[in-house]
Amino acid sequence: MIRSDAPVLLEINDLCARVEDQPILKGVNLTIRSGEIHAVMGRNGSGKSTLSKVLAGHPAYTVTAGSVLYRGENLLELAPEQRARTGLFLGFQYPVEIAGVNNLEFLRVATNARRTEQGLDELDTFAFEDLVRERLGVVQMDPAFLERGLNEGFSGGEKKRNEILQMALLEPLVAILDETDSGLDIDALRIVAGGVNQLAGPDNATLLVTHYQRLLDLITPDYVHVMAAGRILRTGGKDLALELERDGYDWVDQELARLGAEPAEVG
Amino acid sequence: MSTAATVGDLVSQPYKYGFVTDIQTEKIAKGLSEDVVRLISAKKEEPSFLLDFRLKAYQQWLKMEEPDWAALGHPKIDYQEIIYYAAPKQKDKKASLDEVDPKLLETFEKLGIPLSEQKRLSNVAVDAVFDSVSIATTYKEKLAEHGVIFCSISEAVKEHAVLVERYLGTVVPTSDNYFAALNSAVFSDGSFVFIPKGVECPMELSTYFRINSADTGQFERTLIVAEEGASVSYLEGCTAPMFDTNQLHAAVVELVTLDDASIKYSTVQNWYAGDENGVGGIYNFVTKRGQCRGARSKISWTQVETGSAITWKYPSCVLQGADSVGEFYSVALTNHRQQADTGTKMIHLGPRTRSTIVSKGISAGHSSNSYRGLVQMGTKAIGAKNYSQCDSMLIGDRAAANTYPYIRSQQPDASVEHEASTCRISADQLFYLQSRGIGFEEAVSMMVSGFCRDVFNQLPMEFAAEADKLLALKLEGSVG
Repeated sequence: MIRSDAPVLLEINDLCARVEDQPILKGVNLTIRSGEIHAVMGRNGSGKSTLSKVLAGHPAYTVTAGSVLYRGENLLELAPEQRARTGLFLGFQYPVEIAGVNNLEFLRVATNARRTEQGLDELDTFAFEDLVRERLGVVQMDPAFLERGLNEGFSGGEKKRNEILQMALLEPLVAILDETDSGLDIDALRIVAGGVNQLAGPDNATLLVTHYQRLLDLITPDYVHVMAAGRILRTGGKDLALELERDGYDWVDQELARLGAEPAEVG
Repeated sequence: MSTAATVGDLVSQPYKYGFVTDIQTEKIAKGLSEDVVRLISAKKEEPSFLLDFRLKAYQQWLKMEEPDWAALGHPKIDYQEIIYYAAPKQKDKKASLDEVDPKLLETFEKLGIPLSEQKRLSNVAVDAVFDSVSIATTYKEKLAEHGVIFCSISEAVKEHAVLVERYLGTVVPTSDNYFAALNSAVFSDGSFVFIPKGVECPMELSTYFRINSADTGQFERTLIVAEEGASVSYLEGCTAPMFDTNQLHAAVVELVTLDDASIKYSTVQNWYAGDENGVGGIYNFVTKRGQCRGARSKISWTQVETGSAITWKYPSCVLQGADSVGEFYSVALTNHRQQADTGTKMIHLGPRTRSTIVSKGISAGHSSNSYRGLVQMGTKAIGAKNYSQCDSMLIGDRAAANTYPYIRSQQPDASVEHEASTCRISADQLFYLQSRGIGFEEAVSMMVSGFCRDVFNQLPMEFAAEADKLLALKLEGSVG
């Protein structure tokens, strides 16, 4: 849903970042307005996963140049937890397991951190259970997972569902989903994509980072960006994804050679 | 970046109990000899049985060698460089708290242990020990109404000599080990608890140990006796100022339960641990043992060990009475250059005796954390059972964790079960929690308390939350 007068949620200007001594992002530009769904595609090592981690504030990455405005404010100044509380969400490619931390309790603490920032009352355990049971429907998750350790012993698909459940509870303004489709069978992919579609609305935005077209068959993006060597090389509509599916990424190398850029090695 | 700033702020948090109270102290000269042992006994105006006990221990100690089997390394301790008795100067024994030096009251208040009538912790009676002497014991009269004796061991030696003579050294004999022998020769103060037959102690009892002087050793001695059907819950806490020299703390704790009695003994140990380079800190060599003499009696140890440069400590249970029960719940946390070698011994002598061991070791920084435990099934321990669980959590990649379980069984009809696991807190786990709006400190605390939950559940309610906070504080700056 594109409206050129919709407010800008995220504005990335010439963003450069490195991990240790390795530059990875080399001037990313991207503007996301509310109501939009963007897809960032690219080969392994193109920098697309790094982009999502930098936006969420992963401490391993250092921003060396450029700016990111989130609702008009400097996102890069905020601690990761503060980014989350104000409505930036990262769905992880590989959600970590945290044994001993109860999933339900974790979800409640996270939800309340977000609510407090929004000026809403914290939910007590009873009120929260009502909410979480309702939101479980979004990803058709078995309530038994609430009583387990956080992602502890979850299958790949269960972890991804737990990510989307968190998204459903936190109601982010900008949801960045990093390779949410990886490791999912077709049924799990449908459920997860269905969840994302339900949560996308006129007041929020979604940034899908993905390798394959198959997720985009289920979630229709308004924009598709192709990343290579740490920058966005091309932007188009949903047809660009189909074009990539058909022709592959070989043109990227020619384009890079023409620009005289070296491909990034890590992503 | 902002995350780094947060971590930086947290790292710089000092050990908040590291202050020194400026008070005149009476100290004897450095060094240990038979004369020093006699002098300590004379200062405390002790009966002759106790002087004999001390002298015998001293003679045994002279013939012993400092043990070196633990996974610990430290420069040799010079026992002649230690002061064996230090006491704040004040008039003899105080008739009431109003006469205690206000500086001492202030010190304990600063430590969160108010002793004055108005501010006392409700339902917790406290014995406050400063260097070598007990300063005050609260709620003594109220406890006396129930027949419960709770006072310093020095006072007990005078007022309840018969009881002390009957039980002292019967669980940990003077020759038990090097540090127990040293303690028996020079012990200064500590607590004495006696719960008579059939009495359930009406409040929590607690002793708070404070080392203040720089070159003084602390040698506390605690004795708790629960007669038939009696029960008590006891908690000890300890802190020390920050000095760049090491101080020796060698305590002995003895517990005795008769038929159907139970003692729950909890420790929150927060001695000064030294700085991040391992300079200074307490050497903590402690012998703690309980003897379930009576049938169906129970002794439960819960410890949260967060302080000390070196911890050498194995609270144990001798399960002598039939159907008696021993428990050991431990959280040991080491950071920076701290070293801990701690665990338990469960000695099953009687039939159908049962024991449970739950040990959680957390190592961060360059520290080393070892669990060492013995489960022994004697020839008469028919139908005895033990269950042990030892879990280690590593934070960062420079810390070490070891588990040394020893199992000896002379009874085929006894069962011993041992489980062990190791896990690691990673920067990615912390980032995951942070990216869900959970602050750094709360994230560490969530993960550590999740890991320690089984042990914290055993602590008296008032202290469980405190233990949680203490661990989070100790770990600040060790991750990320």
